Amino acid sequence: MESSAPATPSETPRPALLSGKMGKEGQGSDALLRLVKAVLPPLLGLAAFVAIWYVATLSGGSGIPGPVATWQEAVKLFGDPFYRNTPNDQGIGWNVLASLQRVGIGFGIAAAVGIPLGFLIGRFDFLARMLSPIISLLRPVSPLAWLPIGLLVFKKADPAATWTLFICSIWPMILNTAAGVKQVPQDYLNVARVLALSEWQVFTRILLPAVLPAVLTGVRLSIGVAWLVIVAAEMLTGGVGIGFWVWDEWNNLNVAHILIAIGVIGIVGLLLDQGLMLLAKRFTFESR
Amino acid sequence: MVSATPIDRHADKFVHLQGVEQAFATKQGRFVALRDIDLAIAKGEFITLIGHSGCGKSTLLNLIAGLTVPTAGALICDGREIAKPGPERAVVFQNHSLLPWLTCFGNIHLAVEKVFGAKEGKARLKARTDAALALVGLAHAAAKYPHEISGGMKQRVGIARALSMEPKVLLMDEPFGALDALTRAKLQDELLKICEATRATVVMVTHDVDEAVLLADRVVMLNNGPAATIGEILPVPLARPRDRLALAADPTYLACRQAVLTFLYEKQRHPQPLAA
Ligand SMILES: Nc1ncnc2c1ncn2[C@@H]1O[C@H](COP(=O)(O)OP(=O)(O)OP(=O)(O)O)[C@@H](O)[C@H]1O
Ligand SMILES: [Mg+2]
Repeated sequence: MESSAPATPSETPRPALLSGKMGKEGQGSDALLRLVKAVLPPLLGLAAFVAIWYVATLSGGSGIPGPVATWQEAVKLFGDPFYRNTPNDQGIGWNVLASLQRVGIGFGIAAAVGIPLGFLIGRFDFLARMLSPIISLLRPVSPLAWLPIGLLVFKKADPAATWTLFICSIWPMILNTAAGVKQVPQDYLNVARVLALSEWQVFTRILLPAVLPAVLTGVRLSIGVAWLVIVAAEMLTGGVGIGFWVWDEWNNLNVAHILIAIGVIGIVGLLLDQGLMLLAKRFTFESR
Repeated sequence: MVSATPIDRHADKFVHLQGVEQAFATKQGRFVALRDIDLAIAKGEFITLIGHSGCGKSTLLNLIAGLTVPTAGALICDGREIAKPGPERAVVFQNHSLLPWLTCFGNIHLAVEKVFGAKEGKARLKARTDAALALVGLAHAAAKYPHEISGGMKQRVGIARALSMEPKVLLMDEPFGALDALTRAKLQDELLKICEATRATVVMVTHDVDEAVLLADRVVMLNNGPAATIGEILPVPLARPRDRLALAADPTYLACRQAVLTFLYEKQRHPQPLAA
């Protein structure tokens, strides 16, 4: 987790990496060149980012801590990520886990509803035309607008946050699944018809595998949106969670912690996205 | 018309097309692809269907398969109206239509499982699948996915899939189109052997005049579209089994070949401006 502080890696490892690889030059300077080409630009970008950050915060007037101070805070913070003092004072690890759990539940319910609904909408045109005005109307609404409804119905903050995540992550899954079903080539369905597959077999043998890549795209987008929304939702609902933690640190005027939280949120989001990308690759077939 | 077909004439009118018309609703209005198609195919007969590109060969095959319904006329198979597709009329699709998430084995096994799964055990189904793969010379590619094999290999898997279903009627849309001459000849011979063994009725679309004559009991030649009709039906009175080498100099064979060529290149010389 130490990589969460963007200050570290940029300056030191680059020369080390280069010199380390230089030794093997005899084996393949081509591979080395490719490695340098792949690694150098992102490292330079990070270095530039940190440099600008450093210069901009040099005077200290803005109240935003510089990279060094932030790094020192991060080391302290991640030295003990799983402590528990009071419900409102827990380690950053617990906060991240709480947020992930909320996203998992809200997203899970959304998947359980949205993916089957997407299949139905994709397969039955009547249903598609019935639901499309509602979906078009509700989809662009900021999920946070649903929070009060959740609070009203569930009377508690936690389920209300889950409800908000549910609402925001359901649309990409419905739409992508439905589009995937619609795009299943007629050829595959013709094969199914010649084989006289039953409707259930058409579903499990043809539609499901054919649509899986589209479904996974929907899942990826959904989780991305959910992870965006969780921070805002938790700021409003309180409790444990990375969003609440950001808000709490703001009230404490601990800006270094907020910066660290931003880094953590970014990295967790990146990991979620990359993980799902890997999963999607695993299930994607090459068509012809 | 359906009930008018007498039972005792099933054998020589095993597949019977009566006044079939197929029109499509297009943006430019109604497009009649085929009209007035009358054809009676006997049980065990081998029909080849030839005509210029876009004349409606695939359309006709789809009708017999039951994948589309005619806008007029009736199609009967084995005394029953063709209402929908089914495994007793297996199709080798022009674009092979393999399922990309299944291996070659998996693609064929899906068909085998569907047709024989109810009465046969797992080992037997696997044996059938392996046999079908071996038949088209692809035993070594069983575990490969469609995107990992060549176009000709895909076509062979498509053929194996259709043959594995032991259909009563085998409908093939240019099944050997993407194959080299050698493989093509080998598969043609295999196909003839299989058809003789199973007495399957075959309708095969082809662009190849030699193939049309070599394989067929009758060559059905379609006029150019739109609104294509059957232009000529040429019986090929050659004894079976046929030997391609001996036939190369056979006067009957050459006469049939000449007849088809004449139809295609003189009577139907002006194909439609390339539409599709
Ligand atoms: N679904 C459809 N909608 C509209 N027109 C169609 C449709 N299917 C086929 N056609 C038209 O019907 C005609 C016959 O098409 P078909 O695919 O049967 O030709 P073909 O003889 O199989 O040609 P090829 O040898 O190139 O495969 C073409 O003019 C085509 O444009
Ligand atoms: Mg065709």
